[in-house]
Amino acid sequence: MAKQWKPAPSRPSPETWTGIVGWLRINLFSSPANTLLTILGAGLLLAIIPPMVRWGVFDAVWLGDSRAVCDSSAAAGNGGACWVFVKVRLDMFLYGFYPEPERWRIDLMFTVLGFSLIPLLAPDFFRTGRSQALVGGCGVAVVFLLFGALPAVFMIGYTFAPFLFERVSLWHTPQQIQAGKRSAAATGAIGVFAVVAAVYWSVRLAGVETAALPVSLSAGVLSLCLLFFGRLGLLVWRWIFLFCVFSVFAFFMLVGGILGLPEVETHYWGGLFLTLVVAGTGMGTALPVSILLALGRRSELPVVKTLCVSFIEFVRGVPLVSVLFMASVMFPLFLPENVTFDKLLRALIGVAFFYAAYMAEVIRGGLQAIPKGQYEAAKALGWTYWKMMGLIIMPQTLRLVIPGLANNFLSLLKDTTLVAVIGLLDLLGIAKAAMADSEWLGFTKEAYVFAGVVFWIFCFGISRYSVRLEKKYHTNYQ
Amino acid sequence: MKFMKSLVVASAITAGFLANSVQAGTLDAVKEKGYVNAGVSGKVIGFSAPDAKGNWTGMDVDFARAVAAAIFDDPAKARFTPVAFKEAFTALQSGEIDLLTRNTTWTFQRDTKLGLEFVGTLFYDGQGFMVKKELGVKSALELDGASVCTQSGTTTELNISDYFTAKGMTYKPVVYESADEATVIYDTGRCDVYTTDTSGLAARRTTLGNPKDHIILPEVISKEPLGPAVRQGDQQWSDIVRWTLFALINAEEMGITSKNVDEKLKSNNPAVKRFLGVDADFGQYLGLSADWAYRIIKHVGNYGELYERNVGPNTALGLERGVNALWTDGGLMYAPPVR
Amino acid sequence: MQGLIDRKQSLYCSLFFGFGVITDRKSTNFCTATDSMADRYDRETDKTKRSMLNDTRVRGWVAQALVLAVIACVAGYAVYNVGQNLHKAGITTGFGFLNDPSGFDISQTLVSYSGESTYARALLVGLLNTMLVSVLGIIFATILGFFLGVIRLSPNWLVSKMAEAYTEIVRNVPLLLQILFWYLAILAPLPGPRQALNFNNWIYLCNRGMQIPRPVTEAGFGGVPIAFAIAVIFSIILVRWARLRQQKTGIRFPAYPVSFGVVVMLPLVVLLAAGVPVHWDVPALHGFNFRGGITILPELIALWLSLTLYSATFIGEYVRSGIMAVDKGQREATFALGYSPWLTYRLVIIPQAMRVVTPPLISQYLTLIKNSSLAVVIGYPDLVHVFAGTALNQSGQAVEIITITMAVYLTLSITISLFMNWYNKKFALRGF
Repeated sequence: MAKQWKPAPSRPSPETWTGIVGWLRINLFSSPANTLLTILGAGLLLAIIPPMVRWGVFDAVWLGDSRAVCDSSAAAGNGGACWVFVKVRLDMFLYGFYPEPERWRIDLMFTVLGFSLIPLLAPDFFRTGRSQALVGGCGVAVVFLLFGALPAVFMIGYTFAPFLFERVSLWHTPQQIQAGKRSAAATGAIGVFAVVAAVYWSVRLAGVETAALPVSLSAGVLSLCLLFFGRLGLLVWRWIFLFCVFSVFAFFMLVGGILGLPEVETHYWGGLFLTLVVAGTGMGTALPVSILLALGRRSELPVVKTLCVSFIEFVRGVPLVSVLFMASVMFPLFLPENVTFDKLLRALIGVAFFYAAYMAEVIRGGLQAIPKGQYEAAKALGWTYWKMMGLIIMPQTLRLVIPGLANNFLSLLKDTTLVAVIGLLDLLGIAKAAMADSEWLGFTKEAYVFAGVVFWIFCFGISRYSVRLEKKYHTNYQ
Repeated sequence: MKFMKSLVVASAITAGFLANSVQAGTLDAVKEKGYVNAGVSGKVIGFSAPDAKGNWTGMDVDFARAVAAAIFDDPAKARFTPVAFKEAFTALQSGEIDLLTRNTTWTFQRDTKLGLEFVGTLFYDGQGFMVKKELGVKSALELDGASVCTQSGTTTELNISDYFTAKGMTYKPVVYESADEATVIYDTGRCDVYTTDTSGLAARRTTLGNPKDHIILPEVISKEPLGPAVRQGDQQWSDIVRWTLFALINAEEMGITSKNVDEKLKSNNPAVKRFLGVDADFGQYLGLSADWAYRIIKHVGNYGELYERNVGPNTALGLERGVNALWTDGGLMYAPPVR
Repeated sequence: MQGLIDRKQSLYCSLFFGFGVITDRKSTNFCTATDSMADRYDRETDKTKRSMLNDTRVRGWVAQALVLAVIACVAGYAVYNVGQNLHKAGITTGFGFLNDPSGFDISQTLVSYSGESTYARALLVGLLNTMLVSVLGIIFATILGFFLGVIRLSPNWLVSKMAEAYTEIVRNVPLLLQILFWYLAILAPLPGPRQALNFNNWIYLCNRGMQIPRPVTEAGFGGVPIAFAIAVIFSIILVRWARLRQQKTGIRFPAYPVSFGVVVMLPLVVLLAAGVPVHWDVPALHGFNFRGGITILPELIALWLSLTLYSATFIGEYVRSGIMAVDKGQREATFALGYSPWLTYRLVIIPQAMRVVTPPLISQYLTLIKNSSLAVVIGYPDLVHVFAGTALNQSGQAVEIITITMAVYLTLSITISLFMNWYNKKFALRGF
């Protein structure tokens, strides 16, 4: 019986190169120089982290509601942070000087925003109508429980109307226009106009005069989309609702002055709430403007091109601080006497146009990356410029430039702090104001660390989200 | 074309919606909106500062309330917008505010070159210095080489340069955009001296960590007449604001207070009767009702009451009347007669 | 033919304000879909004369004319309003105010300045201060940024993670907040001048800033700068000669260490030979503050520190991506040729990485310069604080001053951009 040859089982790699020891050896102590680096790094960490943790967590004062607690703790030799200071002023940090009985309006606005953003920001999870309806239902329930029936009614309409709009999207007009019947376009235009007029007058007659114009305009945009663009997906409708319906809703919720809501002037606005308002409207306005600017810069019409190029280059060459100074000090001079723009609005316009110029450059980069064949194919089909751009080029471009846009959103969020320079009390401005309170002097570090952590959470969130999107679309555009 | 047209229409609508167009005359505009919008400094205790509940208090604030009382018979119809001095002119010019009452110094250039129109002096002040007690400084002449905190764009900033140059001393300016910042920084010890109007020093001192550790030096190095201002070119409106101020002073001189004003209606003194509009309608020349002065005194009080309530010896500021006493008491407060 | 079509195509592309259908007949020859509208429309228009309205070129020009008209109207209206508003307020316009005495003092002046100096001088002082903090920031941010970028790619796990953590923390917090943090939370609580941290009676650190000695030259010092200049010229010649010789013969000459030595040693030798005609003006406490020496304002320290730490995270990312963009084969080939890691980096990796790194690096420098305008919140007397702040408030010339400020920043930006374009052209890969 011949002995069958069996290869010896392969030996495991030496113990010193596997497991924890191996990992340490490869990653931390691979060479004398590396060992030295590791020791230095660990030393640095030991020097920095423990004192910080002790200051911020272990030695810190968390409980209590007056300065005396912190003072007695400090007197006892505890050099920790006094988070009581932040706790006592938390409302101030969140809402600024917004009157206390009206703060539910801000909460409602952000609740609605949150629930409408969930399906939009995670489209993979909420692709189906059913899952979106589920989120919407949760939203309605939450709004009903927290804010009562009337807001819940709005929430129902706001969440479920997109389903209706998706179903009834009218094919007729686009088909007719496609077929060359211009009368269809005219009929459609008249229809939109009729909707605007009807909504305008019915809202006026309902006694809410100030709201008539914006509400009817947003109804007009909705009917325009309904009549002139064939089939729009559910998520697209949600975006349209966010821009048309939610913006009007948010505006009147925050400003008030209708439906028995007391008016809250913008110089009472402040805190994190103002930061998010500036960032949100800044992003919402800058994006469409930047698309137009980018298209204009690529245009071959010399006048348009020159205008766009000079605007973009001008804005990119000056600091945002000077733009804000211009908005607050110089801009009112451009208007006729006795015409006023709210200071916050001026700052918003300044921020939005400033970032529009930066984002236009990002989008231009994306436009240049679209193969020429895409343009040619669209034109070969006889499509118009706007149709080609809207349905073929822009969707591809925007997908390409997501990381760039996210970077700009990030800078925008961080730069909202600059409105403090012209006296608006955003989160940072409120932190500064809180420090100046004579009862609570000397808690500078706490205020800044708190504001810094809040900003960091938002910014880090956005940057991680953009990395995720980038991976999803496999783009390498920078 | 369609795009352009819709763009134009949309922007016109937006502009129309957002812009708050007002008629030519400030008084008409104010009557139409139903309130007087006053630009105030915002955080100067005793002049204009919101308390914890958001109610505004202070001399400047009360003056704006007096204007509202004269027009609407309701002091609550004054609203307050904090403005930085930098924005004051544009805010007035654009109609964002109707009246600037933010303890602003009346100077030649501001009255002429900067397009403001000062209507008078609400508070006679002068620039002073605040230092820490522990430095042991007793006079401003000992301040050679000191670091001085102040606010940019103020008369203070110019005066201090003049003063130190004139006395042959040096100093290190540390200048901030807002007085709040300057105060906070002074409190950290970045500067030896904080300088602004003496009333402002008294107000700022109350907001420091330990007010008792700081003293205000005796020297007053400048004239700072603080007064309300309006935009140039609307004579009627500036008359209203000016005579509101004079009414406050005249009332004190005539001994009319918010307590006794109703009794004074029955007074036999012709000057008092004329002033309160009992048998003469002087209000019509301002575009107001006959009892305009009565309304002011009834709702807000006279100048003395304003002073005692906001900055007087019994308040946190604790300022004596000094030059702000009536001329009959040896002060500078002197108003033309209502006649 | 192809060229013609391309031109036509691009013309349609350019139809910025065009609506409706494409109507040019020639375009139909590659519209294969017979039922396409353009085709049908063309057939219809054959019968009638084509309207001018449907000509894309005419449309384009009309649209542009309209845009121009609208913009001209808006701008004209704005200018008219400015004129009206200023006229009504009795404000004089023009740049004459620049020659008026400013009346205010500035805390840090690189050129002589006092309250009697003009507004124009204040502008210069502000501009120089902006440039000072920008240059300091750029130098140190570049050094720290390169360091961060390189150690993030280090095989040492701990160190690279530390660099990553630093980057993620610092760049996700607003710069303004960091400036205020350094200024108010770190520098302001330092002890006052009388209890200043004393480093060997030589350097002091307190809440008035850092006091360092200032060298004062005496007679006989003049030789040192001359020696320095000679050394620099010699070094330049030496480096060129070494390069030429290496190209010809392949023999390397340690030109850089030698020139460094010459540049350091020659002035030093001259200095010693002249008997060290320099003494130090050492800061000393006198009354309220330190006298003598150089005072580095806490505002400058806070601004410089936060600009450096913040910008370095971005530069680090650019450097990292630049190094990663260099093909792995390059490094392997160099190692195969027996180069040391240091030479590999210096001669192969960095030169190639720099092509990728330079454009974003320069734009980061531009951002840094613009960010230095945040000085206004802590009272560092930069261009915006001194000129668009104090000078604007004192003179009331809002329009002129904001215009000048923006023009100065624009000029800085454009100058640096032009330099960048030149640099890119010079060092771009040939043949691309």
